[in-house]
Amino acid sequence: MSDPKISFKNVRKVFNTGATTFTAIENLSLDIADGEIVTVVGPSGCGKSTAMNMVAGLIPHSGGEVLVGGKPVTGPGPDRGVIFQQYALFPWMTVRENVEFGLKIKGQGASERRETAMHYLGLVGLADFAEAYPKTLSGGMKQRCAIARAYAVNPSVLLMDEPFGALDALTRVRLQDQLLETWSKDKRTVMFITHDVDEAVYIAHRVIVLAANPGRLQEIIDVNLPFPRTEDIRLSPEFTEIRNRVWRAVYHRDAQAA
Amino acid sequence: MTTVTDTTAPNQVKLNRQALSTFGWGILSFAGGIGLWWLATIGGFSELPSPWAVLTRTVELAVDGQLWTDIFASLQRVLIGFAIGSVLAVPIGFLMGWYRTARVIIDPWIQFFRVIPPLAIIPLAIVTLGIDEKPKIFVIFLAAFLSAVVSTYQGVVSVDRTYINAARVLGASDGTIFRRVIIPASTPFILVGFRIGLGSAWATVVAAELIAAQSGLGFRMQQAQLYYDLPTIFVSLVMIGVLGLLMDKIVVIAEERLTHWQERV
Ligand SMILES: Nc1ncnc2c1ncn2[C@@H]1O[C@H](COP(=O)(O)OP(=O)(O)O)[C@@H](O)[C@H]1O
Ligand SMILES: [Mg+2]
Repeated sequence: MSDPKISFKNVRKVFNTGATTFTAIENLSLDIADGEIVTVVGPSGCGKSTAMNMVAGLIPHSGGEVLVGGKPVTGPGPDRGVIFQQYALFPWMTVRENVEFGLKIKGQGASERRETAMHYLGLVGLADFAEAYPKTLSGGMKQRCAIARAYAVNPSVLLMDEPFGALDALTRVRLQDQLLETWSKDKRTVMFITHDVDEAVYIAHRVIVLAANPGRLQEIIDVNLPFPRTEDIRLSPEFTEIRNRVWRAVYHRDAQAA
Repeated sequence: MTTVTDTTAPNQVKLNRQALSTFGWGILSFAGGIGLWWLATIGGFSELPSPWAVLTRTVELAVDGQLWTDIFASLQRVLIGFAIGSVLAVPIGFLMGWYRTARVIIDPWIQFFRVIPPLAIIPLAIVTLGIDEKPKIFVIFLAAFLSAVVSTYQGVVSVDRTYINAARVLGASDGTIFRRVIIPASTPFILVGFRIGLGSAWATVVAAELIAAQSGLGFRMQQAQLYYDLPTIFVSLVMIGVLGLLMDKIVVIAEERLTHWQERV
C-alpha cells in the first residue's frame, strides 16, 4: 500500500479556555489513503470538526503529528480544500467572483480565471448563476457554489464538515451523487464529516466512528460496496447491514449510558 | 453528469408597490398636519404664524438670497467636518479592529469623548480656536468622527470567522484577507456609522450656530428670536428638517448601492 495521504499519529488536542483546559481529542491515530473517501461520524462534541480543522491547518494540534502527503501541517493551504457547513460564500462577491477568489491568489490572469471558474460552475450546474449574488441562491445552490470554489484551486484533499447537513433530504441525495460522480473522474482524497449515518455509508470507502469525552477513535468500519454507488445499493440488504453496524457503533455507548 | 436543479431558489420580492404606498401615506400625513396647523391659526387658537405666512417668508428670504447664504454656510460646515471626521475614522477604526494593541490604547479615549455631548466642547473650542469657522467645524468633526470610528471598529471585530477561514484555506495572505474580506464585510457597519455621524453633525452645527456665528440656519433663528420674527424661525426649522432628511436619504441610497449584496430581512 502506498503512503497515506492524511495521517494522524497519536494526536491530542487540548483547548485552553481561560483557567480550565479541555481535552477535545485524545490519542487519535488514523491513516487515510490517497484517493480514499472517508466519512467521520460520532456524537456531537466528539471532536470531528476539531480533527478536520487540524488537517486544514486552521487550528494547531497539542501533541502527536498531523501529516498531509507525508509533511507536517503548519497552516492552511490551497492543497486542502475546505467546505464548511455554513457555506461561507462571500456575500459581496458574485458566484463567479467567489470561485475566482482562490484562482486570483494563485496568480491566474483574468481570462484564465474566468474560464476555470465557468468550468467548475458548469460542473455543479451553476453556470447560469455565475453573475448572481449568493443571497439569491437556495441553500443547495450555495453549497454547490462552495464546492466549485474549493474544486477550482485543484486541491488534492477535500475536507467537508457536514456540508449537506442544512439541506433537505432530496437535495442532499443529489449532492451526494454529484460528489461521487465528480470523485470518480478525479480521485481526490475526501474526509467528510456527517451526522447522517446513511450518508456516511453511502459515499464512503470507510466510516470512522469517534467516541466523545474525550474525543477518540471508537471503530473503523469498512464499506465493502462497489462503486458507482446507486439507488440499488442504497436499498440493498448489504447496505442496511453496514448502516446498522455504524448506527450501533455511534449510539450503543450512549444507549448504555442513558 | 447529474445536473442538480433546485426548486427552492428564493424569489426576490419587489417591494416597490409597498414603498410607494408608504410614501403616499407620509405625504398624506404631512398634508393633514399642515391642514391642522392652518385651522389652528385661522381659528385664532395659537399665536403661531400660519403656513401661508411661513411660505411667504420662505419666498422672500429665497428671493433676497439670504436663505441660500444661510443654507450654504451651514451645509459647508457640516460637510467639511463630516468629511474630515469620516476620512480619519475609517483607518483608525480598522486599526483598532485589526490590532488589539491599537484597540486597548485608543478605545478608552473614544469611550471618554463619546459621553461628552459635542456641544459641551464648544466653549473650549471657542476659547482655543477662536470664533470663526474653526471651532464649529471642530465640534462637527468630533461628532462625526466618534460615531464613524466606533462603528468601523465594531464592523471589523464582528466579521464572521468563517469568512476569514474560508479565505485562509484558499491561500489568502493577511493583506488579501484585509482587502477582500474585512473591508467589504465591514462596509455595512461603516455606512451605519456615517449615517449616525451625519445626523449628529447636523444636529451639532445648528446648535453651534446658535452660540456663535455670523451666518447659518441656526444663527438666523437666533437673530429672528431677538426680533420676535416667528415666520423666519419657522423657515429655518423647516429647512433644517428638510436638509437633514435629504442628507439622510443620500446616505441610505449610498448604503443600498454599496451593500446591495446583503441579505435583508
Ligand atoms: N475553540 C474552542 N475552545 C474551547 N473548546 C472548544 C473549541 N472548539 C471546540 N471545542 C470543544 O471541543 C469539543 C469538540 O468540538 P467539535 O470538534 O466542534 O465537535 P464536533 O464537530 O464533533 O461536534 C467540544 O466539546 C467543543 O465544545
Ligand atoms: Mg462539528
